[in-house]
Amino acid sequence: MTFLLALTLFVLAVFLGVELITKVPPTLHTPLMSGSNAVSGITLIGALVAAGADHSTLTTVLGFGAVALATINVIGGFLVTHRMLGMFNRKR
Amino acid sequence: MDTVIQLGYLASAVLFIFGLKRLSRPRTAVRGNLMSSIGMLLAVVVTLFNADIVSYWVIVAGLIVGGTVGALLAIRVAMTGMPQLVALFNGFGGLASLLVGAATLEEALDLANGADLDVEFLSTAALTVLIGSVTFSGSVVAFAKLQEIWRDLGNPTVIRAANIGLVALSALLTVMIVVGPTSWWLWCLAVVALMAGVTLVSPIGGADMPVVIALLNSLSGLAASTTGFVLGNSLLIIAGALVGASGLILTFIMCTAMNRTLVNVLFGGIDTGGVVANGDEIYAGKITSSSADEVAMILDTAERVAIVPGYGMAVAQAQHAVRDLTTALEARGVDVVFAIHPVAGRMPGHMNVLLAEAEIPYEQLKEMEVVNPTFPQVDAAIIIGANDVVNPDARENPNSPIAGMPILDVDRARTVVVIKRSLSPGFAGIPNPLFALDNTLMLFGDGKAAVEDISTALAEL
Repeated sequence: MTFLLALTLFVLAVFLGVELITKVPPTLHTPLMSGSNAVSGITLIGALVAAGADHSTLTTVLGFGAVALATINVIGGFLVTHRMLGMFNRKR
Repeated sequence: MDTVIQLGYLASAVLFIFGLKRLSRPRTAVRGNLMSSIGMLLAVVVTLFNADIVSYWVIVAGLIVGGTVGALLAIRVAMTGMPQLVALFNGFGGLASLLVGAATLEEALDLANGADLDVEFLSTAALTVLIGSVTFSGSVVAFAKLQEIWRDLGNPTVIRAANIGLVALSALLTVMIVVGPTSWWLWCLAVVALMAGVTLVSPIGGADMPVVIALLNSLSGLAASTTGFVLGNSLLIIAGALVGASGLILTFIMCTAMNRTLVNVLFGGIDTGGVVANGDEIYAGKITSSSADEVAMILDTAERVAIVPGYGMAVAQAQHAVRDLTTALEARGVDVVFAIHPVAGRMPGHMNVLLAEAEIPYEQLKEMEVVNPTFPQVDAAIIIGANDVVNPDARENPNSPIAGMPILDVDRARTVVVIKRSLSPGFAGIPNPLFALDNTLMLFGDGKAAVEDISTALAEL
């Protein structure tokens, strides 16, 4: 992928993100943060390649750390968001 | 195979977009979160077919370790610990991006063997290391501050100056990596940027935490996005940018709610240029101290009660006591609403999460714009652990340091009950004339104990 194409994707995605999220009610501020944080754990797919490429010991160690941390972010983020939203929807 | 992977990524990106859209509406939020997680699963599965992956045991080990730790943290955390956990997760995301950026750059340096790497690759790799480091160390400091185990580094002015120096040095090291990339410069940049993150967050006060948490959220997305530039991965770029944008929106919502700019929050601290009135003069002879019995009697005759929670409610863990009082009042036919200031607490939506944990339906939680016009019809406003966000000086005194900050107009209620340990000022360090008003009753004591006392007194009426 050329740099210009990557930059195009980035800028368009930022605008899309702004349009998607505006006017989110305050009740959802925390779940939106933890849920979107789980999405930012997408760096996991980069970590998978770094960990599995078997290039050198250093890159494998860095890759392992990245996979573990990104997975904490992904699994923890989605689960805790689910837990929180469950509390919002509970009826007394 | 590569086409299949790319199509899988495209489907993931679409799932993330729908997921985030639905996560921002109460009715669809649960489904939105599920869609995002399915998008993530899809992305991981198709990535495993990447031809560059030759060994799977490290991956499996990482997934097991991370999955276990993540699940344990998410399941075991109490809602009162949510700000810390969100800060921690932001940090892990940043560190993961840092490590991916570093590993990719190290590999490229090995393979290039002296040949030129292109500027775009080197600059985005350096940026990934830079942003990832700042996100990680900044989040760890935010976590430590929220956990109250962080000791301030010293004079905030000095720390802020050091921060600007470290950011400048980081920029210089980024240029060094682009000009003459070596492993040495890479790790120098990581260390300097880590220190920049520490000095960025360290001087920021507790009440400004909602802004910082939202900003770190945005940075963790941005770090993922720059990782996408390094790897030429469209999904990383798109998903990271979406998160970066949503975090940035939250950041500005928080800044607007405090009538401050982001630069002012990060580098200014509270503006002390305004004339700070003397607390003793304002309070002298005008404070009406009350008892739980008296408050219970007022509530007994009230038709409409507004409860205003703040960080003090979280500290006192009074949310369940507040729920019990609410239930008791509703049983007597009192209409109870909760008035929530956008920056009450330590992260965006903090009060909403705590009250949801105590099983208070979110329909009962009213936003500032909605509840403010109704305060003249409120018989009693009960303030639990909030201070600056109910300070009428923000509205009426143009010389106040918090002049112009949107506040909850609780002073317009018939009776105001302030539950507070003492007359000590809030984060802004200024006295609150609300406490001295004729219609204000001060109920001194611990938030949880005071609310329980009111409930007991109410039951005995």
